[in-house]
Order: sequence, then C-alpha cells, then structure tokens
Amino acid sequence: MLKKRIIPCLDIKDGRTVKGVNFEGIRDAGDPVELARKYSDSGADELVFLDITATVEKRKTLIDLVARISEEIQIPFTVGGGIKTVEDAVALIRAGADKISVNSSAVNKPQLIRDLASELGSQCVVLAIDTKVVKSEDRVVIRGGRNVTKWRTLDWAKEGVSLGAGEILLTSMGRDGTKDGFDIGITNKIANEVGVPVIASGGAGSMPHFTNVFSMTNATGALAASVFHFGEIGIPQLKKYLKTQNISVR
Amino acid sequence: MIAIIEYNAGNSRSVYNALRRLNCEAVITSDKEVIRNADKVIFPGVGEARSAMRFLRQKGLDKTIIELKQPVLGICLGLQLLCSYSEENDTLCLGVFKNRVLAFPSKEPVPHMGWNNFNKVDGALFDGIQPTEDVYFVHSYYAEISAESVAISNYMLDFSAALQKNNFYATQFHPEKSGDVGSKILQNFIEL
Repeated sequence: MLKKRIIPCLDIKDGRTVKGVNFEGIRDAGDPVELARKYSDSGADELVFLDITATVEKRKTLIDLVARISEEIQIPFTVGGGIKTVEDAVALIRAGADKISVNSSAVNKPQLIRDLASELGSQCVVLAIDTKVVKSEDRVVIRGGRNVTKWRTLDWAKEGVSLGAGEILLTSMGRDGTKDGFDIGITNKIANEVGVPVIASGGAGSMPHFTNVFSMTNATGALAASVFHFGEIGIPQLKKYLKTQNISVR
Repeated sequence: MIAIIEYNAGNSRSVYNALRRLNCEAVITSDKEVIRNADKVIFPGVGEARSAMRFLRQKGLDKTIIELKQPVLGICLGLQLLCSYSEENDTLCLGVFKNRVLAFPSKEPVPHMGWNNFNKVDGALFDGIQPTEDVYFVHSYYAEISAESVAISNYMLDFSAALQKNNFYATQFHPEKSGDVGSKILQNFIEL
C-alpha cells in the first residue's frame, strides 16, 4: 500500500535553515546538510528545500548545497526558490535534486511549467501554490502573500497540471506558521480535483493535525517546518502515532 | 567498477552518490567502450520514454545495452526501456524483457509517488529484503507482470516492481532514494 508522506521543509537563506512565522520574523534553525541527514536518518519520507533569498549571484551557493545534500542523504528531495528558467532547473537536477518546485515564476509565465515538464518529465515538476482566502474566495497569492493574483486556486492548480506539473504543494497562507492545523477545506478541494499527488502545507502544530489532513482529505503528503526543526514533534514519534490512528505510513 | 550510463537529464548523480556511500567505485559515462568493459552497468533514468529511446539510438547505445553480458541494473525509466514497448508516446523499447509498459488508470493520483511495499520479492537482488519493507517509487507507467517479475507491488493494480532475466535486473522503484532498504538492494547488486 502506498504510504502517506511526512515531509520536513527547510527554508534556506544564505546557506542556513530559517523559519519565520507568517513568512516574517526569521529565526536561525541550523545547518541544512546536518538537518537533512538527521531527517533522513529519522524516517522523513522526502525533504523540500526552499531558497527564500535566491538571487542570481547566490545561485552557485545553492547548487553547491544541493550537491552536498545529495551526497549525504538517500531519500528524495525537492528544491525550489527563484527558479525562473529551464537552465536553472537542469543545473539543480544535475547537482542531485530529484524535483524542482516553482511558484511565482510559474504564475508569471505558465509556459515555464510546460518547458520544465518536457525537459525533465512531469515527475520532476512540483507546482507550489500559496493560497489565501480573499473576499471569501480561494485565491493564488505570490511574493509571500503580498500580491493577490488573478487566479482562483482550483483553476490554477488544474491549469498547472494540464501544463505538466506532476505534483502540487499547496500552502495555506492563512495557516502558515500558526500551528492551528492544516487547512482541510482547500486541501480537500484541490486533492479531489487535480489527479496528481497533493502535499498539504501550512499550520501543522500537533500530531492530530497530521491525522486530520490524511483522514479528511486525499493529500498524499504533509509538509511542516518549525514543529520538526525545533523538536516539538519527532518524526519517529509522529509515525508511530499515525500508525495507531490507522494512517498508513512508512 | 560500475558504469552508470549517462543520457538526457537523468538522475545519474544520485545513483553515483549512492554507490559512493557503499564504497563502490563508479563512473558516469556514455562511452560505449567504458560501458562494455565495466564489471557491472547501471542504466538509470528519469524522463520520457520516446526521447530517451531516440537519444539511445542516436548514440548507438541501444545495441550496446542489449549485448551486455555483465550484470545490468535498470532503474525506473531504465526498467521501462528494457521492456518491449511503452504506451508513453507509443514507444518501441529495447525488448530485453517481453513485458509491455502501460499507463496507470486515473482512479488515484498519478504519478504513483512515494513509499510502497511489495506483494512478493524473489531472487538475488532482494536477498534479506522482506515484502513489508518500503521503497520509493515515482512513475506514471508500469510494466505488466510476467514470469520475469521478481518483485510485485500494488497501486490500483499489481505491477512489476522488479524484473530479472539472465544478467538483466531492473527495478521500477529508486533504490538510490530508498533509504537503508535501497542501499541493501544496491549492495546485493554490487555483490552479484
């Protein structure tokens, strides 16, 4: 049976792991390679690295970091943040990343999804969507929630999949960093409609939040950062708990 | 020395790193002589069947691969390309295995992505591996089951998680991304 995936997310800034609340108030949380190894050894199913300050001159640093991570860990990992071209993506895949995640750049230029999928295959292309309720409608936002786009969330998710995205990473901006639990409503809506795996993100604060997202939606993965980085929830402990809740995990 | 066949974008780096962690000497190459003379060959693959086959034919690697006599391990798309035919863009493949490769139905999310266990495992590659252990899959097409299916998994339907015929071995999952279980399977291949 296919297992539900537990996915720690490491936000990277200048080569270090950071995590803010509602994308602000950044705190330092350690060396990414060391954390990656720790998560891989403790039973994380995948990892996501988001470079939150990706600039052209720092791209080389990220590629070196990806190469080091690939040498150290034996589980799949996704890299995102500032990927604007097929060349950016290919360089990261060559360095050892398994998947590439695109967000704002895909909203700005949807053709990028198609180009990435045809060059690397859909299974390498993760469409990260930040969603927020605006005037009682689920809307796609970019630039850390500052810009509301023209897209309704479900429409953009479907468009992304039709262009070739192989997976959706759905972050509820209203929940991110709050520890109030995953947004069941929007996760369910997207996971029921898109036909590709959906990872729920934003709001994880306790172990029952993971039970809820897996038992109440068709998400196949759940992503969290601070609860793992700051040791509030251990991955072995979470897996053990989910098994008692009849959630199928590795 | 193990030769990892390089073609298209691929994930040869991950395979190389996994072998290095097992202290196994490896080289990433598309040089036919190096491939022919290697002790073992790994044929990895991430990507699309038709363009991968076109690339192999252009480089003449299609013939090199099917004529290899040493142990060969196909991974993911590598497994599919070793089969006879893939529904992915209606592609004629290498034909080492007679199995056809078909698209998953769309009842559940596709790709089949994540960790899954086996219905059964058999043969040298799976020495010391239990069917209850999980490995990492990511694929939208699957190889049908045949007498050569040495491991079977289920996602909506039963499919070949691994194939073996003579010196040819292949896994649909990614041993290089499958934690300690995957390392054990690669170690088994190294020790063949």
